[in-house]
Amino acid sequence: MMGSENPGFEEAHLFASREEMENLVLDDPLSTHHPNNNNSYSSFRSANSSISESTHHPLSPPMLSTSADSDPLLSPPVCRNPNASDNNSYIEPPSYADVIFSPFDENSANEINRIDSTSQDTDSSFALSRSSSSSSDYIKITVSNPKKEQETTNSLVPGGNTYYTYLITTRTNIPDFGSSEFSVRRRFRDVVALSDRLAEAYRGYFIPPRPDKNVVESQVMQKQDFVEQRRVALEKYLKRLAGHPVIRLSDELKVFLQVEGRLPLSVSTDVASRMLDGTAVAPHEVVQPAKGGRDLLRLFKELRQSVANDWGGSKPPVVEEDKLFMEKKEWIHDLEQQISNASQQAETLVKAQQDMGETMGELGLAFIKLTKFENEEAMYNSQRVRAADMKCVATAAVKASRFYRELNAQTVKHLDTLHEYLGLMLAVHGAFTDRSSALLTVQTLLSELSTLHSRAEKLEAASSKIFGGDKSRIHKIEELKETIRITEDAKNVAIREYERIKENNKCELERLDKERRVDFLNMLKGFVVNQVGYAEKISDVWAKVAEETSGYAKDS
Amino acid sequence: MEQQRSVSGSVQSPRSPSSQPYLSVSVTDPVKLGNGVQAYISYRVITKTNFPEYQGPEKIVIRRYSDFIWLRDRLFDKYKGIFIPPLPEKSAVEKFRFSAEFIEMRRQALDVFVNRIASHNLLQQSEDLRTFLQADEETMERLRSYETGIFKKKPADLMQIFKDVQSKVSDVVLGKEKPVEESNPEYEKLKHYVFELENHLAEAQKHAYRLVKRHRELGQSLSDFGKAAKLLGACEGQALGKAFSDLGAKSEALSVKLQKEAHQLLMSFEEPLKDYVRAVQSIKATIGERANAFRQQCELAETMKLKEINLDKLMLTRSDRVGEAEHEYKELKAASEEATKRFETIVRLMNEEIVRFQEQKTREMGIAFHEFAKGQARLANSVADAWRSLLPKLEACSSA
Repeated sequence: MMGSENPGFEEAHLFASREEMENLVLDDPLSTHHPNNNNSYSSFRSANSSISESTHHPLSPPMLSTSADSDPLLSPPVCRNPNASDNNSYIEPPSYADVIFSPFDENSANEINRIDSTSQDTDSSFALSRSSSSSSDYIKITVSNPKKEQETTNSLVPGGNTYYTYLITTRTNIPDFGSSEFSVRRRFRDVVALSDRLAEAYRGYFIPPRPDKNVVESQVMQKQDFVEQRRVALEKYLKRLAGHPVIRLSDELKVFLQVEGRLPLSVSTDVASRMLDGTAVAPHEVVQPAKGGRDLLRLFKELRQSVANDWGGSKPPVVEEDKLFMEKKEWIHDLEQQISNASQQAETLVKAQQDMGETMGELGLAFIKLTKFENEEAMYNSQRVRAADMKCVATAAVKASRFYRELNAQTVKHLDTLHEYLGLMLAVHGAFTDRSSALLTVQTLLSELSTLHSRAEKLEAASSKIFGGDKSRIHKIEELKETIRITEDAKNVAIREYERIKENNKCELERLDKERRVDFLNMLKGFVVNQVGYAEKISDVWAKVAEETSGYAKDS
Repeated sequence: MEQQRSVSGSVQSPRSPSSQPYLSVSVTDPVKLGNGVQAYISYRVITKTNFPEYQGPEKIVIRRYSDFIWLRDRLFDKYKGIFIPPLPEKSAVEKFRFSAEFIEMRRQALDVFVNRIASHNLLQQSEDLRTFLQADEETMERLRSYETGIFKKKPADLMQIFKDVQSKVSDVVLGKEKPVEESNPEYEKLKHYVFELENHLAEAQKHAYRLVKRHRELGQSLSDFGKAAKLLGACEGQALGKAFSDLGAKSEALSVKLQKEAHQLLMSFEEPLKDYVRAVQSIKATIGERANAFRQQCELAETMKLKEINLDKLMLTRSDRVGEAEHEYKELKAASEEATKRFETIVRLMNEEIVRFQEQKTREMGIAFHEFAKGQARLANSVADAWRSLLPKLEACSSA
């Protein structure tokens, strides 16, 4: 009852020093003590990486990583093993039986140590659960091996600019790629180019947003941390691209993943502006959105148009008539708010769980010290009895602490889905913007057309008054008619483009709804199953202590 | 050897009051009295007893915190060598002073305090205790203010006379300035143990307090998260929306459980630890008293020896001051013997007290640990149950 036997616990007198005290032998050997790592909770992003650091606490399970040994704070596990199997049984367990939640087995230790790799697997498993038809297709992308390289071309700075490249390895069974495994080295500039090109080519789609450039931060952060963060972000981005049913098959992505060498930068499109300037231009080139520089004139025209839309008394010739779409847009906005809110509260929850685990652990340690002390100095048997009771409680507290940390590591992974969807909302905004700018183009062209038509009418009216015709005016009319024809063509192309984007929007919205439902449901399930599993474990631990101290129970 | 009264220390009174002697006290009903800066809390102290020295089987008086301090100080003065039960801390941060939680904690601690005295075989016989438990409020107030005045010691204290005068002299004569200390290895060990123990306990208590705070924080975050989930659920609608709403509701319900457990933790775990720390501090005070008593004994013994030498000298010279010196010597001898007796009593009492203390603490901490473990298990079970109840719905959602 009072003298609980805990087989793993060494006799107190063997602890000669404080260091040994910190390296408790409870059930398994523990790593060296690290100071509190509980302050990096500004975002899930940092939470994801810091979790793996902060779990290396005396109270965490043994780390079974091999090469990049004990101290992740010194050497973050850079070399991801791309051949790692999907060991994310926590996400979709068949049941929350004990088998799944044995916290001290290799699987879970690896889980905790390589959170990032598991989130990759999360994505792929979600993708698996979502896509009904192409469930056997896969594209697995890993980003690794950052290398510092020199700018080879002449630069103004003597010694040259340095930049980092990353090894991007792809494994796939999709025949379009022509090969099942290949690698390429890319720098961040290439990623920006890829992102820009996708944005041009896939207007109306929910294109996952690329990682930030983060210029300012890069000055402040330690180079190594920055590189690692970027590597992680790149991997996530590429995985998201690979998870998009349309984009994963795009040429842009293919080239990016396979073709070594400099990626051609995005071509600035000024064709539309040239067209609107009055220069002949191929109609299909008109469909790119206006950009800066040479598109200035077009920008002005579209701006004028949009002002007319907003403030003019008359309705624009084509209106966003899809009421359903407007409602959907508002709803998306609301959804985004709620997801953002939930994501914030999830972060707070995670922090609170983390703190609970830490304090519980510290309490346990304090009692361990007390136990050792009482045993060393015991003069009466009652002291030894008390020391035994304390040891019982301390061991339980340390175990419970461990469970809280593990629970939290899993919670972070699950609730991160919220954060992921926030990122996706950005993509949705982009797609809606594509739509409205396409609409604006159509409206502008229509206005332009009507202007041209009225000009032609005036000229014809004037010319018809002159007997025999006005040679110069007739010539002008001819030119005008040509312009009108071209503008008509451009207008038709613009309308087609607009319709295409509308269709893309619609499909993507449907896809978003379907996938979001699945993802959120998985998230809820995973979260709940986790909570249940660990709560049961924690309850068992304390129930045992309550049992062992039941002799003291107050007679009521 | 001496008549030991067995008592039930707590509120229960035995079935047949006439046969078993009992003294049980309860401190209840905190009430805020007075205004502004003068405001204070008063407690009802209910005594049930069949001790003959007491006025009757039941007595109710109104007492305030400073009355308890008076009692503690009197006992400390009279019963040197006994570990006087500790009192809860004097003052708290101003705005906290009248919070419901603080008042309840203090009431509980005061109740424990009086009952420990009432169940101690020596302390329970104290006249001051009787006064405390029975005197009317005016008398109590008079006594209380009297004590805080300048008159702390009784004038006819034998020790006083000689202590003040002789100590400095003997120190100079004996050529040592530093205080005299026992050279008892076992006692040294005990002293070391006590001082170390306080440090360890204080740290444990600190973490226990933090743990309470963590429970509250987790509760708050669950509440906030629950609200957010509900809002998201309302936005999502359909089956998924319902799932979010249900999750949110459970989260909020768990938040309540966490706050409750935080309170339990504070009262049944953190407070006993704090009490433990206070008890050790009380022992330190007793250690101080023992040191004083030892010093007095040494000094008086030395002084007495000197006086004896002096007396012999006078007798040889047939001085007419012999009579006076003889008288002084006799008085000093009596005082010295009394000092020795006092010291030895303290030593004896302490030896008994330390055994009692260890046993008491093992018992009390055992209870605290049990409550702690029970509470944590109970909480974890609630958590598991609440989340588990969601699973069938979630399963239904995904298969739909």
